[in-house]
Amino acid sequence: MRVHLRPQQRTVELAGRRSVGRLLADLGILPGTAMVIRGDVLLTEGEMVEENDELEVRAVVSGGTA
Amino acid sequence: MRCTRCRAKAEVQLRAHNAAFCRACFLLVFRRQVERAIVAERMFTRDERVLVAVSGGKDSLALWDVLVHLGYDATGLYLGLGIGTYSDRSHEKAAAFARARNLPLRIVDLAATGPGLAVPAVAAATRRAPCAACGTMKRHHFDAAALEGGFPVLATGHNLDDEAARLLGNVLGWRRDHLARQRPVLLPSHPKFVRKVKPLHLVSEYETAVYAFMRGIDYIVEECPNAAGATQLAHKDALDRIEAASPGTKLRFVKEFLRSGRQAFAVGDDEPPRACERCGMPSYGASCSFCRLLGEVERRRAPAGCA
Repeated sequence: MRVHLRPQQRTVELAGRRSVGRLLADLGILPGTAMVIRGDVLLTEGEMVEENDELEVRAVVSGGTA
Repeated sequence: MRCTRCRAKAEVQLRAHNAAFCRACFLLVFRRQVERAIVAERMFTRDERVLVAVSGGKDSLALWDVLVHLGYDATGLYLGLGIGTYSDRSHEKAAAFARARNLPLRIVDLAATGPGLAVPAVAAATRRAPCAACGTMKRHHFDAAALEGGFPVLATGHNLDDEAARLLGNVLGWRRDHLARQRPVLLPSHPKFVRKVKPLHLVSEYETAVYAFMRGIDYIVEECPNAAGATQLAHKDALDRIEAASPGTKLRFVKEFLRSGRQAFAVGDDEPPRACERCGMPSYGASCSFCRLLGEVERRRAPAGCA
């Protein structure tokens, strides 16, 4: 599967079917800190993503006050 | 996974609430949460004009969208901070949002207003962290714009994660005066100040991002280039790790502080602010923090040998 990471503007290729929760863990992303998007739909952690899926993982953290 | 409300297929899971929602139910629940905060904290009414500070990011645009949807009289305020192409893109996002919905948007370009100083110039001249200079400048221009436009209320998109990170920072430094002032509604202490409110203070940034996504809001996903290494992000990261191990911690941390912790730091009425001798805006010293910042820029820019 192709996973587009935003805002890093980076794409990674991963082999094999897995749950969204597993995908986030494999990418080193904590739950609740990114949305996983397939097409125009959000995916919950228990959802399975397939080998031929194209996904966007969009971080939700913002801020910067020193 | 099924929606907690209607049993349809869920699109979002909220561990902190031990719930999951389909799109329609999430939008409903999110708006209810915001409306509940507005009413419970007496932030504003539908008879008042609300100025919403918008940055082009998910939180502020989601807030503006919710307020309009709930029937509030909300006008946007965008500050052009002059942070290169990041500011250009965020301006375009805010302007496009307003255009598409036919909403009023006020724009203040810092480089073309007052002393004509944008954030990078001030940060470079004073050698302060850009976020520190930016915060002081934004607060001044928010007050000035609300006053000029006759708005009694200024709403910002601070969310639960912002408030939890701020609270953690204040606790780590035991900043008693900051802890006393950390609340979702700041009442004006001077006729030239307006009420400042945070209607999203109990919704997480994951929820505001989901709301923005589901509403088709085109927001700026990229982070401000000045934010890299900012202390607040380190605090957010620490809280995210705790939240992953114990969902609901952030919400309890902030809610319980507001319910029972903050009073321990509250002090009697502070001395009311007076007029800044330079700009006339309220100030707790001879000059306000914005004018002190500008004074520092002028001193550092003055040629050597000048008094």
